[in-house]
Amino acid sequence: MRLRDRQRESQIIQTRLVWTLVFVVIVLGALVSRMIWLQWVQHDRFQALADQNRVQTQPIAPPRGVLVDRHGRILADNQPDFSLVVIPEQVRDLDAALNGLRELISIDDDQIERFHTQLKQRRRAWEAIPLRSRLTMEEIALIAEARHEWPGVRIEAEAIRHYPHGDLFSHVIGYVNRINAEDIAAMDEATLANYSGTNFYGRAGIERQYEKRLHGKVGYRKVETNARGRVQQVLEEIPPVPGDEVRLNLDLDVQRAAWDALGSRRGAVIAIDPRDGGVLAFVSRPGFDPNLFVTGISLPDYAAYRDDPDRPLFNRALQGQYPPGSTIKSMMGLAALEAGVTDWQRTIRDPGYFNLPGTTRVFRDWKRGGHGVVNLHTAVVESCDTYFYDAGLKMGIDHIANFLSHFGLGKATGIDIQGEMTGILPSREWKQRARKSAWFHGDTVNTSIGQGYMLTTPLQLAQTMVVSARRGKQITPRVAMNTQPPQPKNHLVLKNPDNWQRMEAALADVLHGQRGTARAAGRGAAYRIAGKSGTAQVFSLASDVEYKKLDVAERLRDHALFVAFAPVDNPAIAVAVLVENGESGGSTAGPVARAVMDAWLLDGKGDLRDLSKPRLQPDKGATP
Amino acid sequence: MSSRDYLRQLPSHQRGPSNRDLAFRLHIDAPLLAGLLSIMAYGMFILYSAGGEDINLLMRQGMRFLVGFTAMFVLAQFPPRTFRFWTPLLYGIGLIMLILVLLVGIEAKGAQRWLYIPGFGRFQPSELMKIAVPALAAWFFRDRPLPPSFRDVAIALTIVIVPALLIGKQPDLGTALLIVISGLVILFMAGLSWRIIGAAVAFVAVAAPLMYFNFMHDYQRRRVDTFLNPEADPLGAGWNIIQSKTAIGSGGIDGKGWLNGTQSRLDFLPESSTDFIFAVLAEELGLLGILLLFALYLFVIGRCLWISYHAQDLFSRLLGAGLAITFFIYVLVNVGMVSGLLPVVGVPLPLISYGGTSIVTLLASFGILMSIHTHRSLMG
Repeated sequence: MRLRDRQRESQIIQTRLVWTLVFVVIVLGALVSRMIWLQWVQHDRFQALADQNRVQTQPIAPPRGVLVDRHGRILADNQPDFSLVVIPEQVRDLDAALNGLRELISIDDDQIERFHTQLKQRRRAWEAIPLRSRLTMEEIALIAEARHEWPGVRIEAEAIRHYPHGDLFSHVIGYVNRINAEDIAAMDEATLANYSGTNFYGRAGIERQYEKRLHGKVGYRKVETNARGRVQQVLEEIPPVPGDEVRLNLDLDVQRAAWDALGSRRGAVIAIDPRDGGVLAFVSRPGFDPNLFVTGISLPDYAAYRDDPDRPLFNRALQGQYPPGSTIKSMMGLAALEAGVTDWQRTIRDPGYFNLPGTTRVFRDWKRGGHGVVNLHTAVVESCDTYFYDAGLKMGIDHIANFLSHFGLGKATGIDIQGEMTGILPSREWKQRARKSAWFHGDTVNTSIGQGYMLTTPLQLAQTMVVSARRGKQITPRVAMNTQPPQPKNHLVLKNPDNWQRMEAALADVLHGQRGTARAAGRGAAYRIAGKSGTAQVFSLASDVEYKKLDVAERLRDHALFVAFAPVDNPAIAVAVLVENGESGGSTAGPVARAVMDAWLLDGKGDLRDLSKPRLQPDKGATP
Repeated sequence: MSSRDYLRQLPSHQRGPSNRDLAFRLHIDAPLLAGLLSIMAYGMFILYSAGGEDINLLMRQGMRFLVGFTAMFVLAQFPPRTFRFWTPLLYGIGLIMLILVLLVGIEAKGAQRWLYIPGFGRFQPSELMKIAVPALAAWFFRDRPLPPSFRDVAIALTIVIVPALLIGKQPDLGTALLIVISGLVILFMAGLSWRIIGAAVAFVAVAAPLMYFNFMHDYQRRRVDTFLNPEADPLGAGWNIIQSKTAIGSGGIDGKGWLNGTQSRLDFLPESSTDFIFAVLAEELGLLGILLLFALYLFVIGRCLWISYHAQDLFSRLLGAGLAITFFIYVLVNVGMVSGLLPVVGVPLPLISYGGTSIVTLLASFGILMSIHTHRSLMG
């Protein structure tokens, strides 16, 4: 009985053992089929996933094109900058690390806040977030010493824009700063791809205008990285195409001469070569240090600029609109000749005021007691207001507006810098549109000496001199060389072209004549200058609250203006100078213009140079 | 009839290897040993790559193998009846130690699994139970009529469940699961009726969700969540599974080549030399490498089942099968986990994964199997 049991029991177990083996084989079969599914059927998908893990395409930002002056001297280049970056994934206690780093080097709240903003944004895992840029050598050493205490904290080098001349070119070259979400949102697909490695974007001035040329073409690097994002090897590389070097018409020496001549006064200087429209100098003082903006200006620095009553961020040359005052008298004179309301022989008696016919309204001449008997030549040389009141009223506003428009007033000059203001060239239509009011004779009288509604930018004033020097032929001013701007076609052709020459003689007497208003500026010149002084009245200060703290009397003085071109017989430079609250155009603004013209026209020995050749040997001193 | 003549007329499987066989006299089963050595050599080969070509790592693994082989060799010298004799005591000691672990155990990585034994060092009682539990179940059924009665099944289940619960409390879900399965395998071998098996499967299907919501630790629940949907948190909890599936899948048929697996060598694959070493093998040696490993495993398991089939007494038969299947469950759970079929539980790939006391336990259990095979009384 027991033996039988045993046999039966053995059989049970042996049957179950066979079942077990079957089970094992089936399960192994299931595992194998799982492997076939993963490794055969789904292989391509997982292969792609593994490559995605491992292979990363990193964009390589192209080096930004450098900016050089007309002689090849560097005005903006790229310099390595060391910044402190943090890889949050590698940091155990982020707050502790940030606090520790703040004890080590200076990091302001602003930068901490920016760091946290970037941390919250969607980003790749293991990507470094910049914490502070522009580390000094001492700071780099401090961090390097302590780097074992701070895993996940690294120092990275990147090329950042550098402006070696600081504020000298700030209002013309502008600056770049960190590319932002708005810039990116405004880009089309292709541009976006081209900017995938780029951290900086032209924000103002030439940097903004020629962003496309300066930027270059992005390169790519295929790298193998490990799970912590560290590059193991470079698999493939397409180098970037560097941005173009952009050569500017600006002349470092002329720019500096203009800057230094303005001194500590607020104002603007524009110098243009009338032969080709090239902008030789473009100064607005005070300027700002564009280097501060590149990696993000700190709040205190920005506040200092913003709250400065001298408004260093304001581009006076491009956006400041001032009444042109007497600087337009030469053009008014030509307009009167063209209209036939006067000629070079006709004289008037100036009692020191002008009575608007049919009314009791009196317009005063700047000179108490008047200039006596004046003809057009003396009216220009001595800047006689009464003569132009009379002539302006005789030719009428329609003729004035039409004639002056040929000199580029009331419209953008088309210079290659964005944000240009157009000024106002008043006309019947303009007043009806802007002021909802009819034009009165009194308005014409005011306009004829560049006051009233008329407003011009310093750039436009320089442009009037360019057109004058070219005897009516227009040309678009250009900061960058070798660009083909659309050229205006409505050249001014006088009925009697001799009037150009006679007006130039009058303008020359402003500086070189016995009674010229800018004799001081013309003294000792090695060449003849045609110029005209002017003053722009300061009307109101109501909107400028900051002025409260300042010497109000100084801020109430007239703005001094001076426009000129030289040499008279072969013009190679046209200049406009504005000195805010400088009072006297002839004696304050005039010498500034003279200094600029000297810088451009004279050779090293103080003689007039050969103007058919470049001022300096090609690329002399171009090596940085 | 001389004993030699008697042996000669037996069918070969009952006769056993001849006396000329040195291995047999040393109580070693040569085919099983060959299978084990092949797996280990293969394992070392993969570990060299998975561990970043670290020779020291291989040396330490080799030391463990040596300790394991010693245990195997020593155990193989004892006849099965010795194990049978000591089984209840071993189980009792194991149970007491499991309770002690919960009271005074050493904690590491959020689990309390080790006991400090003066003069011996750290010891993990759950490893002992991997052998003791199936052994006691086999010991219990030896004296019972088969197929087992309902009452016997209940007693056997108690033998299994009590230590499993204690281990689950540590918590060490992987080991608890292995022990439960090893006990259930004994029950199955003993002839548990298919009806009860069917009912049990149905019960588990119902109970699993209840377990999930009521009894699991948060970390265990997270593992299940991750298993069900790894893409929900690809950089966090789902990372391991996504990366190991990617490693396996990208390996393809013939693999990326030894030492050339990008997933493991670039650190995308976590635990690449321990629990997830299978993914390294799959990535570098491909489907062909896997088939080779499976063939080796199948050979070892098949040999163990063959030994059990021909074992002479009930205890040996049940214990042998139980140990063989435990070994297989290691493979199933590990490969299932790494390939995304099962939730992540900490079960190593047997004899391949780096480290762990499991190597010693596993080799000890093969020692028992060798003992079963090489100590046969001629009387049958």
